[in-house]
Amino acid sequence: MFEQYDVAVIGGGPAGLAAAIASSKEGASTLLVEREGRLGGILKQCVHDGFGVIRFGEKLAGPEYAQRYINELKETDVQVSLLTFVDKIEKSKDGFTLVLVSAQGMRRVGAKAVILATGCRERTARQVAIHGTRPAGVLTAGAAQFYTNILGQLPGRRCAVLGSGDIGLIMTRRLTLEGAQVLGVYEAKSIPSGLPRNIAQCLNDFDIPLHLRKTVTRCFGHERLEAIEISDVDENMTPLPGTEQIIECDALILSVGLIPENELAETLGASLHQVTRGPVCDQNGQTEIPGLFSCGNAAHVNDLVDYVSESGEAAGRAAAMLNSECLMLNYAEISVDNNFLYAMPQRIDLSGSPEEVIVYFRSRDERGKTGFSAKLGDQVLLKKIFQTLRPPEMERVVLKLPPGVKAGDLVRLEME
Amino acid sequence: MKQLICITCPAGCKLLAELTPDGGVNVTGNTCKRGVDFALTELTNPMRTLCSTVRTSFAACPMLPVRTDREIPKGKMGEVMRLLMGIVIDKKIACGDAVADLGGICEGKIIATSDWLMSGV
Repeated sequence: MFEQYDVAVIGGGPAGLAAAIASSKEGASTLLVEREGRLGGILKQCVHDGFGVIRFGEKLAGPEYAQRYINELKETDVQVSLLTFVDKIEKSKDGFTLVLVSAQGMRRVGAKAVILATGCRERTARQVAIHGTRPAGVLTAGAAQFYTNILGQLPGRRCAVLGSGDIGLIMTRRLTLEGAQVLGVYEAKSIPSGLPRNIAQCLNDFDIPLHLRKTVTRCFGHERLEAIEISDVDENMTPLPGTEQIIECDALILSVGLIPENELAETLGASLHQVTRGPVCDQNGQTEIPGLFSCGNAAHVNDLVDYVSESGEAAGRAAAMLNSECLMLNYAEISVDNNFLYAMPQRIDLSGSPEEVIVYFRSRDERGKTGFSAKLGDQVLLKKIFQTLRPPEMERVVLKLPPGVKAGDLVRLEME
Repeated sequence: MKQLICITCPAGCKLLAELTPDGGVNVTGNTCKRGVDFALTELTNPMRTLCSTVRTSFAACPMLPVRTDREIPKGKMGEVMRLLMGIVIDKKIACGDAVADLGGICEGKIIATSDWLMSGV
């Protein structure tokens, strides 16, 4: 007979920490599996502040934000398994069987519900079209952050940054403070991907130029990066011949997007959403596989950690209360019009008659004043005006569900 | 009128601001009161929280994340960074504990932002 838990949480970052705490508070026996030696996930290397403004009303550094949850976790009886890798998860008669690998060897663990809090991964140089050699010095912003903040090693002295995502902007400031020279941030799109406040405090504060509609098309150098080629791009982001410009640098930092990590979800047969690249989920993060939950950046890439924690809590509570005898799931669906990039969740579990549902969404394009509405048939559930909507910024609304809502109903989200 | 982006919260409101002769500030574009305070400080004496790391003598945790315990004048960030580069932590300190005093540079101190030295080193 092997170890048996009500809930197994995979990943000890902000989503997994919140999920494990919530699950345990509901009285479920809970296992938290983390492959690294310390809890906190990516927050460990996010030494900058700005975390927790919504949750705690304070601007905390990443490790500080994680510490609050780690301290709370210590008060629970969650079983934590560090330096442990999930080899595979299989569906079993009464839940799931996990195969875990650690220094002690391989072990099998049973769980009635599994929460995937595996976060996301960065797009690498192989996923953007850069020609030329493959020298050292081309690294993702997260890797540069790990070298700088965890190991204390500067990844370059003369750096260029491709992509204007928040991690790239944060690393631009960090490298500059540590004495490296950042020549510029190059973004193929016509608008920056990062938050305006990060453009202000990470680039403008240090007079670092942001070059829009430009991209890196080639790397030069044998052992070490020596130079890059920059080209202008057209509106389809295709490089324009004749606009090439060579820039000497010893590091190229990539901040070109994040993709939810869902290898485990896929092996279990959960279908992934085309846009979010995370599993199709209900408001508690439950996927199409009963008992399998997804939360945080594994479900969809969030803009703020506060929302990651919120989704972890929802998944933790729901997984703990999962009763295999009454898995009579009945769902209403959520649909969005063409002005949305996506909305999360895609469906609403009506068992337990929820009175309200939290919906996160992003707009497809940058928009000015926009009317948002949520409708069920002719009934308006919510109307709200947004002054601006930008794809990089996630919005959060709370929909009140009327008592009459039933399985198969469609909640339509619209913009005008 | 000067264009500013409020960095107080993730909303990042676009502000238009100018100082008034009586020492106040005229602001538009803010969606809360914090935008007014931010604009006034930004136009008179811009302040930032500085976050960084310091070296430690513990092999399992070579760098400890730290930050200033309050906002400091933006122009002092370089000087504080130079101070941090000379620090090596050889005691096990906790999240929130003081790492250094900024006395000579500006008001405030440097505090640790993690508990890593308290466990597992």
